[in-house]
Amino acid sequence: MKRHALSFILIFLSIILFFVLNLVLGTISIPLSSIWHVLWGGEDASEIWQNIIWKSRFPQTVTALVAGAGLSISGLQMQTVFRNPLAGPSELGISSGAGLGVAFIILLSGSIGGTALSKLGLFGEVAVSVAAIGGAMVVMSVIIAISQRVKGNVVLLIMGVMIGYIATAVIGVLKFFSNEEDVRAYVIWGLGSFSKVSGGQVYTFAGIMAVLIPLSFLLIKTLNLMLLGEGYARNLGLNIKRARLYVITCSCVITAMITAYCGPVVFLGLAVPHLCRAIFVSSDHRILVPAVTLTGASLALLCNLIARMPGFEGALPINSVTALIGAPVVISVLFGKRKSEIS
Amino acid sequence: MERKQRVIEIKELSIGYAVKKSVKVVAERITSAIFSGELTCLLGANGVGKSTLLRTLTAFQPKLAGEVFIQGKEIACYPEKQLAALISVVLTERLEIRNMTVRQLVGLGRSPYTGFWGALNKEDERIVDQAISLVKITNLAHRMIDTLSDGERQKAMIAKALAQETPIILLDEPTAFLDFPSKVEMMQLLHQLSRTTNKTIFLSTHDLELALQIADKIWLMDRENGIRTGTPEDLSLDGSLSHFFARKGIIFDRDTGLFRVENELNRQVRLTGRGQRYTMVRKALSRNGILASRQVESDTLIEATEEGFAVFESGRLSGKVSNIEELLEKLLA
Repeated sequence: MKRHALSFILIFLSIILFFVLNLVLGTISIPLSSIWHVLWGGEDASEIWQNIIWKSRFPQTVTALVAGAGLSISGLQMQTVFRNPLAGPSELGISSGAGLGVAFIILLSGSIGGTALSKLGLFGEVAVSVAAIGGAMVVMSVIIAISQRVKGNVVLLIMGVMIGYIATAVIGVLKFFSNEEDVRAYVIWGLGSFSKVSGGQVYTFAGIMAVLIPLSFLLIKTLNLMLLGEGYARNLGLNIKRARLYVITCSCVITAMITAYCGPVVFLGLAVPHLCRAIFVSSDHRILVPAVTLTGASLALLCNLIARMPGFEGALPINSVTALIGAPVVISVLFGKRKSEIS
Repeated sequence: MERKQRVIEIKELSIGYAVKKSVKVVAERITSAIFSGELTCLLGANGVGKSTLLRTLTAFQPKLAGEVFIQGKEIACYPEKQLAALISVVLTERLEIRNMTVRQLVGLGRSPYTGFWGALNKEDERIVDQAISLVKITNLAHRMIDTLSDGERQKAMIAKALAQETPIILLDEPTAFLDFPSKVEMMQLLHQLSRTTNKTIFLSTHDLELALQIADKIWLMDRENGIRTGTPEDLSLDGSLSHFFARKGIIFDRDTGLFRVENELNRQVRLTGRGQRYTMVRKALSRNGILASRQVESDTLIEATEEGFAVFESGRLSGKVSNIEELLEKLLA
C-alpha cells in the first residue's frame, strides 16, 4: 500500500511538472512569473502573451491532459471486457467510425456542396465534431448490438477490427472522389492533434470528460469481476450482458468524444494500462482505474511536450510521438508474456 | 452434524440447448436429489451432457423441461444475486489473470456480499483467511495466480468458492489436468470439506477409480439409460457399474469394486506363494497373457518366496531369479 501511495504521488507530481512545462515551453519564451500572472487574471502581462497562453497553450495542455486520461480509461475497460491485452479504443473500430463520419463531412462537402469545408471556419469545426461523434456512435451501436448476441469476446473483437477495415475502405473510396484540398484537410485531421480544440471549445470538452471519467469509476467492481471471465462473474451475481453493455458504452462514448475533438490518437489507450499494471503490479481496478487516469494524463502531456519541442515547431504529429512511446511498451508486454508462458 | 438434507432436487428434468431454431436435447427425464454434507460425483463419457447438466444446475443455461428445486425453491425463481449466495462454481476454464494474488482472487469470492466498490471489511477478511486455510494454501496466499501450478490454482478456486459461503459447490472436472497425487489430494480435500462444512459438493469427473473410492454418491450418466444414482457400492451390487462401462478391454472387478483392464489370457501357469508377492507376479503375468494361479495345474511351477522366485519345469528346478522383470524374461523366452 505504501508503495502504491508513493507511485501515485510521483505520477501526480509528474502531471503538475508536465502541465507547467507545456505552458512554459514554446517558440515564444514567456517567463514563468508572467504565465502565473496571466493564469490568475493579472492584467499587466502583454496582450500577445495572454493570447498565446489562453488561445493556444492552455487549451492544448488541458486537452492533452483530459484526452490522455480518457483514452487510457477507455483502453483499460476494453482490455478487461475483452480479456485481451491488445484491445484498445482504436481496435474496436470506434476510431475508424469517427474517421468515417469526418470523412463524409470533409470529403463530400467539396464535391457535393461545392465549397471546401476547411474554408467554413467555426461552422466547419462544429460539423467535424458532430460527424465524428455520429460516426463513432453508429459503429458503437453496431458493436453493442453484436455484443448482446454473440457469446465470445474474441468474435466481438474480430468484428470490431472488420468494421474498422470496412470504414477505412469507404474512406478510401471517398478520398478518390474528393478534391485535393479536402483530402489534405482530412489527412491532417487523421494525424491527430491536441491543438485543434480552441479556447472556447476546451471548456465544453473538459466538461464532458469531467462527467464521463467519474462515471467510468462507477464500473470498478464490475471490471474486477469481469477479470474472472464470464462464468465466474455470472456465478458471483453479475448480470454479464448488462455489465458488458455498460462498460462498452462507457468506453465507446469516451473514445468517440476524444476522437471528435482530437482526431484519432493511437497507442495511449493500448499502452497506458500495460504500463500501469507493470508499475503497480496489480489487476485490481480499484487501483488500476485511478492509476491509468493519472498516468494517461501525464503521458499525454509528455507526448504533447515532445511534439512541440523546439526544433519541431509543432510539426511533429502527436500520433508519431504516442506510437514511438506506446509501441515499445506494447512490445515489452508481449516479451514479458512470452517469458512467463515458457517458464 | 446436521441431518442430511435434499439440497438440490431434480424432477423430470430435460436439459439441452437451442441450436439456431431447433432444440437439441442432451438428456431427458432426470429425477434425483443431491444431499448436503456429501460428495456426489457425476460420471459419464465425453459428450453425454455432464457439462450441460452442471450449467443447468448453476442456471447458466435454461432447462428445457422439468423442475430443479434448490433448497425447496424452483431455480428459475431465484434472482441472480440470491443464486450467487447459494451456489458457487469451479469451472474448467483456465484463468489468464496476471498480477493478482491468491488472496485477492479468494477475496473476489466475497463480491456478492461486498458493497459498491467491492472493498472487504474485517469479517470478509476473516472469511477469506478461513477459506484459504481450509484448502491448506495459507503459504501461497500472497503468490501471484499465474505462478501457481494447476493443482494449486484449482485449490485457490475452491477457496474462492468457499469464501462465497454458499451451501452448494459445483465443480466441473476439478481433477482434470492434475497429476495423480494431486487428483487424490483434490478429491480427499473435497470429501473432507463436505464433511466439515456440511456443504453439498457436486462434481463431474473422468477419474472413475477415484470417484468410486471417495464419493458418497455416484451419478452415472449415459445415453441409453439416462441417469442412475446411488452409493458406489450399491451401483456395483446391482450391476449398473459393470453395465455402464461394458466396453471391450474394461472389466468391473466385483471383488474390489473397481475397474481393471481386461487381458486376453492364452496360457496357464501354476503359481505358489502368498501376499503381495503372489499378487504382483499374477498381475505381471496376466499383462503378458498368462493366467497364474494356485488352482491351475501345469508343467511349469513358479514359487514366489521372500528370497526371490524359483521356476520349476516338470518338477525340476530350472532357475532362480530375484525380481519379476527377470522372471518374465525367463518365462517368455
